Amino acid sequence: MAKHHVEAIINGDPAEFLCGTEQTLLDCLRDELSLTGSKEGCSSGDCGACSVILDGRLVCACLVLGVEVNGKKVETIEGVAKGDDLHPLQKHFLQEAALQCGICTPGFIVAAKALLKENPHPTETEIRYWLAGNLCRCTGYDKIITAVQKAAAEMRGES
Amino acid sequence: MGNEKDHLEAIEGKEKFRYIGTSPIRPDGVDKVTGRANFGADFTANGMIHGRVVRSSHAHAKIKSINIEKALKMKGVKAIVTGQDFPKIDPSDKVVGEVVVSFYDMSQNVIARDKVFYDGHAVAAVAATSIKIAEEAAALIEIEYEVLPAVMTVIDAMKKNAPVLHKGMKTEGMDPVPKRSSNVASRAELKLGNAAEAFKDADVIVERDYTAQTVHQGYIEPHACVAEVSADGMATIWSSSQGQFMVRAFVAKLCAMNASKIKVIPSEIGGGFGGKTKVYLEPLALLLSRQSGRPVKMVMTREEVLRATGPTSGGHARAKIGAKKDGTLVAAELEMEYEAGAFAGSPVKLGCMTGFAPYNLKHVSCIGWDVVVNRPQAAAYRAPGAPVAAFAVESAMDELADTLGIDPLELRIKNAAVEGTQAPYGVKFPKIGCLETLRQAKATEHYNMPLGPNQGRGVASGFWFNIGGQSSASVMVNPDGTVIVATGSPDIGGSRASMALMAAEVLGIDYDNIKPLVADTESVPFSDLTGGSRVTFATGKAVVEAAEDAVNDMKRRAAKVWDVDIDQVEWKDGIATCIETDIHKPMTIAEIAAMAGKTGGAISGKANINAKGAGAAFATHICDVEVDPETGYVQVLRYTAVQDVGTAIHPAYVEGQMQGGAVQGIGWALNEEYVYSKDGQLQNTGFLDYRVPVASDMPMIDTVIVEVPNPGHPYGVRGVGEVPIVPPLGAVANAVSHAIGIRMADLPMSPPKILATIDAAD
Ligand code: FES
Ligand code: FES
Repeated sequence: MAKHHVEAIINGDPAEFLCGTEQTLLDCLRDELSLTGSKEGCSSGDCGACSVILDGRLVCACLVLGVEVNGKKVETIEGVAKGDDLHPLQKHFLQEAALQCGICTPGFIVAAKALLKENPHPTETEIRYWLAGNLCRCTGYDKIITAVQKAAAEMRGES
Repeated sequence: MGNEKDHLEAIEGKEKFRYIGTSPIRPDGVDKVTGRANFGADFTANGMIHGRVVRSSHAHAKIKSINIEKALKMKGVKAIVTGQDFPKIDPSDKVVGEVVVSFYDMSQNVIARDKVFYDGHAVAAVAATSIKIAEEAAALIEIEYEVLPAVMTVIDAMKKNAPVLHKGMKTEGMDPVPKRSSNVASRAELKLGNAAEAFKDADVIVERDYTAQTVHQGYIEPHACVAEVSADGMATIWSSSQGQFMVRAFVAKLCAMNASKIKVIPSEIGGGFGGKTKVYLEPLALLLSRQSGRPVKMVMTREEVLRATGPTSGGHARAKIGAKKDGTLVAAELEMEYEAGAFAGSPVKLGCMTGFAPYNLKHVSCIGWDVVVNRPQAAAYRAPGAPVAAFAVESAMDELADTLGIDPLELRIKNAAVEGTQAPYGVKFPKIGCLETLRQAKATEHYNMPLGPNQGRGVASGFWFNIGGQSSASVMVNPDGTVIVATGSPDIGGSRASMALMAAEVLGIDYDNIKPLVADTESVPFSDLTGGSRVTFATGKAVVEAAEDAVNDMKRRAAKVWDVDIDQVEWKDGIATCIETDIHKPMTIAEIAAMAGKTGGAISGKANINAKGAGAAFATHICDVEVDPETGYVQVLRYTAVQDVGTAIHPAYVEGQMQGGAVQGIGWALNEEYVYSKDGQLQNTGFLDYRVPVASDMPMIDTVIVEVPNPGHPYGVRGVGEVPIVPPLGAVANAVSHAIGIRMADLPMSPPKILATIDAAD
């Protein structure tokens, strides 16, 4: 079957790729564009490892079809740091030891970035509920929550 | 480094440590927060094709025929393998350790031969130019089954007339060995003193049955690999596992190859918890690649992970403890039946060995039954065997404390194992920190806080051996004086940082000047896999010795330059100094490295060891819950994990292990379980209904690190990864029991179960 030609803005740059009708955005990112930072933990929208931001909204890339992003903006983990300059979330994830195996980390950072854009002053409970769609089996979440709190404070200019 | 006395002296001068005990950013950290790190599914090879597995949806059936013709004819299909393509392995081919590794069973688990033993059991594998074609071809493979009745629980499997999974399975460890085949693979017995007799001296006896369900390790990264066999028969495997050497050994065995023909390159690993100590896809990918002449990539779906990998053994336990009025324990008994899954080898013996280990008991009897059922073959899961045993024992201890009216931590303190205590599993404990964890738990603010209505507090302790084993390390000094530390131990939770810290301590150079790496099977000598909480202990010991070897090499170089005896050279803070005279200007590591060409060539150190002297770990957890009497929902309000880690090399990652293990245990206690239909199909094959704890379920997990150094390690390390999952089942169950005033002995304590329990008591 003929593939679809898709044009999108990915991490600020124009990108084009061919994709099959059934291919998810996650497949396209990973297999067609070699952006393997977004991970597949379930492909059913239950683990958040594939979190990306689509036209400003946090989505699971495994639940979006590749063809759907035509003409849209996609932000992935690869676009979070600006060159060598890590995003405050990335810095605080490292400083707080908020990752063990690290497979969930890209998803958490993208999801937390979306949270802090919407709510720069989240309470612990708000962070926990926002991130409830992201599974981490290693950390017990404790250090992830702390990292997000500290990044939020830094982004508010409090530290 | 020398003997135990030297170790203790070094550790006691701990304030002198410069690097150990700090929590710097991990060397592989930036790659992991930017998406650059390559995990199992992130690897691709030129010309690569894709493999899919055809799995049985019957829990128990004979394979009558497999017809691959139609599938083979499909355009784009490059190879198909079935069980018949694999070499036959003799049933006697096994490695007998604490848990038996049978290569015969392993080969059948990787791909069925004559029978399928569980829903999800691999029957064939297809490789094609796209995943889609591979899936379509998989659907065209015709398999004819003769469906057999399935046995799903230990109770059913042990019934007299139960269908037998493996003809010829005679219960080992029975005297005499039974004549009839059964589903009971073995019986383990552990005895200390005479429990039956000693119970007569007890003033109080508590006794109860406990049940825990099968749960999955739940690593977020599904199994994945790429295998490539070249025309000359040399194979390369990229895979995510807990041991590249384990993958090599198992693949060599199952594919009848020689180890030197297989190179295994470890990817980053997205969680394992014991579940990635086995091979599933690698042998299939290898044969598919051999057949097609192309690199073959295979990645499991989440559904495949849940149906066909892991899980850990569920089981039953009956615990009985007798005590004097003052709380002194006099006798204890534990009898357990664990599900092994489709093939023998549940960790029930480890359950027997660990259950009563925290206590000073003169009379103990533990019996364990290893029972096969039509579920996936159990894999290790963090302290394998220990959590279910501890659930029973720690619940019984709690009931005993209630009965005697003694504070549950006081009861444990009174009976705690200490240095010199004879453990039921044979050893006399050396220096251990059991009592210290209990005392520190009792002193926490948490333990002394008041509780509100519908709230309950539970405590529980746990024990894990920790292990040593074979580890190798090379320390290579670069010409600019920076250092590479190579080991063969996959880094699952930040162990690269610990290796670098220990090397920095010995070499006396900055942590940032050390690059630790996890090498492939051809770049570092053999190492055992990452498991048993062994890496910081055993591989750490190898790194320390290799770094010392490199220091000696550098001292030799300095002595040569100065023309003095080597014992006239002192090494401190990365600088060689001549003790004898001050006419020689001290030389930094960078200066010595720059001169290496003139003093004998490149500088390095190595150590290949089989580490002995692993130090036992003890932990005590405190859990507060609130139970909603309307819905049966349990909210964990507060949780504290106290653990003796020996020495915390990187305290932040030590805390992380304690927190992560605790939360996995909470999940086991409250939500997680395998749900099967009557005829044995797994019903919850995704994260939506196999529900692991999420961020909004959990409170912060407080940690108290206790440090009673292990004399068997140069820096006192014990190992931290596993014991944190041992206490939570009991701690949560005791908390819920106190909140509702009824003893909960059946996991998971899901809302419907709790409601039914409350209703039944009304
Ligand atoms: S892979 Fe998309 S949510 Fe799990
Ligand atoms: S760090 Fe391993 S899953 Fe989160």
